[in-house]
Amino acid sequence: MDTDASALHLVLTGDPGLYAIVALSLIVSLTALAFAALIGIPLGAALALVRFPGREAVIVFLNALMGLPPVVIGLAVFLLLSRSGPLGSWGLLFTPQAMIIAQTIMVAPIIAALTRQTIEDLWAEYRDELTAMNVGPSLRIATLIWDARFSLVTALLAGFGRAAAEVGAIIIVGGNIDGFTRTMTTAIALETSKGDLSLAIGLGMVLLAIIVAINAFAWGARRLGEHFAG
Amino acid sequence: MRAPASDVPVELEDVSVLVGPVALLDGVTMRLTPGAPTVLIGPNGAGKTTLLRIVMGLIAPSRGRVTWAGREHVAPDRRAIVFQRPAMLRRSAAGNIRYALAAAAAPRAKRTERITELLALVGLSGLERRPARRLSGGEQQRLALARALAREPDLLLLDEPTASLDPAATKAIEDIVRAVAARGVKVVMSTHDLGQARRVGGDVALLHRGRLIEHAPAADLFTAPRTEEAKRFIAGELLV
Repeated sequence: MDTDASALHLVLTGDPGLYAIVALSLIVSLTALAFAALIGIPLGAALALVRFPGREAVIVFLNALMGLPPVVIGLAVFLLLSRSGPLGSWGLLFTPQAMIIAQTIMVAPIIAALTRQTIEDLWAEYRDELTAMNVGPSLRIATLIWDARFSLVTALLAGFGRAAAEVGAIIIVGGNIDGFTRTMTTAIALETSKGDLSLAIGLGMVLLAIIVAINAFAWGARRLGEHFAG
Repeated sequence: MRAPASDVPVELEDVSVLVGPVALLDGVTMRLTPGAPTVLIGPNGAGKTTLLRIVMGLIAPSRGRVTWAGREHVAPDRRAIVFQRPAMLRRSAAGNIRYALAAAAAPRAKRTERITELLALVGLSGLERRPARRLSGGEQQRLALARALAREPDLLLLDEPTASLDPAATKAIEDIVRAVAARGVKVVMSTHDLGQARRVGGDVALLHRGRLIEHAPAADLFTAPRTEEAKRFIAGELLV
C-alpha cells in the first residue's frame, strides 16, 4: 500500500527524474517509429505491388522478422556499434541514437509486413479502376498509401506498442545510464531488481497511461477521418 | 496530355481469350464504329465483360488482334470504363472525380468547374462532400459514370450499368447514356435487359459461350434475327 501511494505521489507531483525518463522513452520510441514508417511503408507498398522472383520468400522472411527477439536485435546492433565493430568509429554505443537504431530495426519489419497486407488487399479492389485510369506506378503507390491511411494507423500503433514496451534491445545498446539512456522499461527492470518498487510502479503506470492515450487518440482520429473520407 | 487521335473505330479480328482450356471469347471478329451505342447482350458467361475488357485494353487477347483506329497497343487516354461493381476511392464524391481529372491531366484551373458540371450531369449535385463509399448503389454507379466521363473519352464502355437498379435509377442512367452518345461519344454497353437494348442500342451484338452469334442494327436484330440462337434469345427462351 505504501509503495503504491509513493508511486502515485511521484507521478502526481511531477518528479523531475521520473519525467526525464518518460521524455527520453517517448523521444526514442517515437523517433524510431518515424524512421521505421519512412522505411516500412514504402517497402511494404512496393512489396505488395511489384512482382519479382523470390517475392514470396521475402514476404515470409519479413513476416518472420516481426517475431525477432529484441535481445537479438540489441546484440546485433551492439556488435555493429561496439568499438571494434564495423560502425564503431561512429561512437554511438550507449547513446540514445543507438537505441533509436535498434528500435527502428525492430519496428520497420512490423510496419512493412502489415503495410504489405493492407496495400495488397486495397490493390485487389482498386486494380481495375486505376489501370483503366492509366495511373502510373508512383501515383498508384501514393494513392494506395493515402487511401489505406486509416488502416496503416493500426500498423503504426502495433510498431509503437512494440517499441515502447521492449527492454531487451535498448538495455544492451543504451546501457541504462542514469540521466542519459535510461527509459521507462529499463528503469522498471532496474528498480525492480533493486527493490525500489515505488519508482517501478510509477513508471509502469505512466507507460500504461501513455499507451492507452496514444491508442485512444489514434482510434478517435481514425473514426473522424473515416467519417469525412469514407 | 491527351492524345489527339480518336480510339474509334475499334476492330477485333478473330479475338480469343483463353483461361486454361476454357475460351472466355472464341474467335470474335467485330467492328465498333462511331455512332449510336452498341449494346452487348447474352446470358451470364457469354463473354460480355471479357469483350469490354478487351476493348478497354485491360486484357490482351490470347489469339487475334485488337486495333483502336488502326493502331495496336494504344494507352487508354481516350477511353473509359464503368465496371459492373465500380470501386469507390476512399474520398468524397467530388474527390473521386478530382482524382480522375488529375489522372487524365485535365487543366488544374478548370477541375472544380468540371466537377460541378459532371456531378450535375449525373444528378449528384449537392453530394460533393459525401464519402463515395456511403452513397447508395445507384449513386455509386452514377458517380462512376461521372468519373469515367471526367476523362473526356471518345469511347465509353459500360458493364451492365443498371444491373441492380430500380426503374427510376435505370432511366437516369439511360438518359445520361443518350446525352453522352448525342455528344459524339461512342458507347458500348452490356445488359441483360432486352428492353434496354431496344431503347438504347443503335446496333446490338448477341454473344453466347464466348462466340459472337449475331451483330446487327437493333431494328433488324429484334425484328428479323438471322440465327436460331438470336431468335430463341429474343423470344425469351433460356440459352444454356
